[in-house]
Amino acid sequence: MTTLDYLRQDKLPHIWCAGCTNGAITSAVIRAIENSGIDRDKTVIVSGIGCSSRAPGYMDFDTLHTAHGRALAFATGVKMANPELNVIIISGDGDAAAIGGNHLIHACRRNIDMTLIVINNCIYGMTAGQYSPLTPTGAFATTATYGNVDRAFDLVELSKGSGATYVARSTAYHAPQLQRYVEAGIKNKGFSVVEAISTCPTYFGRRNAMADPVKMMEWLKDNSENKRDGAAEYTKPYVLGEFVNKTEAEYTAAYDREILAKVMLKHARHPGDQGQEERGAE
Amino acid sequence: MSKQQAVLMQGNEACALGAIRAGMTFYSGYPITPSSEIAEECSIHLPKHGGRFIQMEDEIAGMAAALGGALTGAKVMTATSGPGFSLKQELIGYGMIAEIPCVLVNIMRMGPSTGLPTSPAQGDVMQAKWGTHGDHPVICLCPTSVKEMYELTIEAFNLAERFRTVVMVLTDEVIAHMREGVLLKDDYPLVHRKRPVDPPGPDFLPYKADPETLVPPMADYGQGYRYHTTGLAHTENGFPSNSPRINEALIKRICEKVDKFAHELEMNEFVDTDDCEHLIIAYAATARAAKFTVRELREKGVKAGLMIPKMLWPFPKNALNELLSKNNLKSIFVPEMNMGQYVHAVREEVAGRCPVYHIDDVSGELFGPHTIGNKIMEVASK
Repeated sequence: MTTLDYLRQDKLPHIWCAGCTNGAITSAVIRAIENSGIDRDKTVIVSGIGCSSRAPGYMDFDTLHTAHGRALAFATGVKMANPELNVIIISGDGDAAAIGGNHLIHACRRNIDMTLIVINNCIYGMTAGQYSPLTPTGAFATTATYGNVDRAFDLVELSKGSGATYVARSTAYHAPQLQRYVEAGIKNKGFSVVEAISTCPTYFGRRNAMADPVKMMEWLKDNSENKRDGAAEYTKPYVLGEFVNKTEAEYTAAYDREILAKVMLKHARHPGDQGQEERGAE
Repeated sequence: MSKQQAVLMQGNEACALGAIRAGMTFYSGYPITPSSEIAEECSIHLPKHGGRFIQMEDEIAGMAAALGGALTGAKVMTATSGPGFSLKQELIGYGMIAEIPCVLVNIMRMGPSTGLPTSPAQGDVMQAKWGTHGDHPVICLCPTSVKEMYELTIEAFNLAERFRTVVMVLTDEVIAHMREGVLLKDDYPLVHRKRPVDPPGPDFLPYKADPETLVPPMADYGQGYRYHTTGLAHTENGFPSNSPRINEALIKRICEKVDKFAHELEMNEFVDTDDCEHLIIAYAATARAAKFTVRELREKGVKAGLMIPKMLWPFPKNALNELLSKNNLKSIFVPEMNMGQYVHAVREEVAGRCPVYHIDDVSGELFGPHTIGNKIMEVASK
């Protein structure tokens, strides 16, 4: 199947600006889904609010476009209520790291089997260019016209420290690498975070001398380098690669094994010895 | 064959057990006094029945996860109190525009802000109706006893499934923490959401409403329908639209689907209203105090009566209008553990046909029957 077969073609063209790389990243995610072999009809794509969060609307799956910042919290409900479903979340830097930051660290902590792709364009694009928690210090934005004094999160370190069991970073420029990481994230039985650095020539580029989309792609290339074994220091701001890939207890499986299975079994054997409160529920 | 047995239960416990009886299979929430026992009981009992419980990282997440769970086909619930109710407001609106069945319990405590967490109040009545932005339907039940906590929670699930919306159960700390002997029925009729009749296909319209009920059948995620859910204004196909005509039709339909049936939803209890001249309208724990007030006033020869709405929203217009037309009402009293909330809805409906007095109590203590009685005596003896 081609990427187009996974898109709601009647919903195209998309709303994204010329030169935006959300399309390239969405297409990498679709190819990763296909390669991972998961059942399309058992896959739910969830997003929050923002430019990147419009991606699920174009993807022919069960799709859930939630409220700003809440994608992971809705997604956790989907997964927990029916762990058979594959849950993939597409979120932006503002959505995932600012308003949704609390949900991000707790999804990592639980290690619930879902894959989060954070499309990081370093800016709030949908609201026309305010700085986000991933805007580099010194960059310009509509709310940072004198230069951004905020320090940016390192999303990889944040996810790692919070307990995600697969963490990787790539960019829209490195789409085949990004696709491999998303696929590995989907295959990981746990919570996976893939940061996909993207471009916003309209609202980030224009204020930072990169209004030309090609310049933004060159910026991605020139500001990133691959992770190397044994490397102590890197010279580029964005290090790309797989940073965590480990196996730990997955949340829904742990709940089903440690609570559901044991309690149901005990209840089936001794339905009467649970005390009087139980009568109400019978 | 009835095998009724009395069970001693706490209000919050009755709520949790009622939810399980209604078929709840997923609960997500965040601890908050005085509702925490609902979460605790759900964590204990849900897994016995094959359901799952999750304690989320915050109040907003508790609401979000419940809505997400409902989209997979589960009957879901979350519970909170004032501060959490305020936090949940945005997603209550999400559930209403995306038409997701969900039961939301709010055990009212003293506010604003952290207020008095362990003291009863009734300050969220208007927030239940107007708290989330935009226009939306509101169904809000209000138990006055432990038995009603059980039964109205079941009813809340039935209404949520029937109308595809967020249904609230609103009561106060007194009802939530009180223990009473409860006589349960053997059988409670349950409602399950209507699902699409046609198999998945390109013509599926997830928001095409039934012309009679105005409610669209709802598909579960994972069944192959591959449909889109959004909090944006959307067309029948579920996708966003900027069309003024489509937006207007959507908002009017989600309001109308409840308004159209509001008259048959009214749930009221009446005490001595046949010949009453002085009518009390009270809800939750205040209604229990008002029952004593009516008895005492009757002993003094004052023709007092009481109407207890068990569904606060939609407002019980029919019952109130019937009392206004049949009785020679001289005055209406609305005692509330707030500075005046439900009284505004009463005044709007009464529209000057009879004086309406508010009796407030914001001390954080349960209303005494005499507080209500004294005010009525003061007016009645004029």
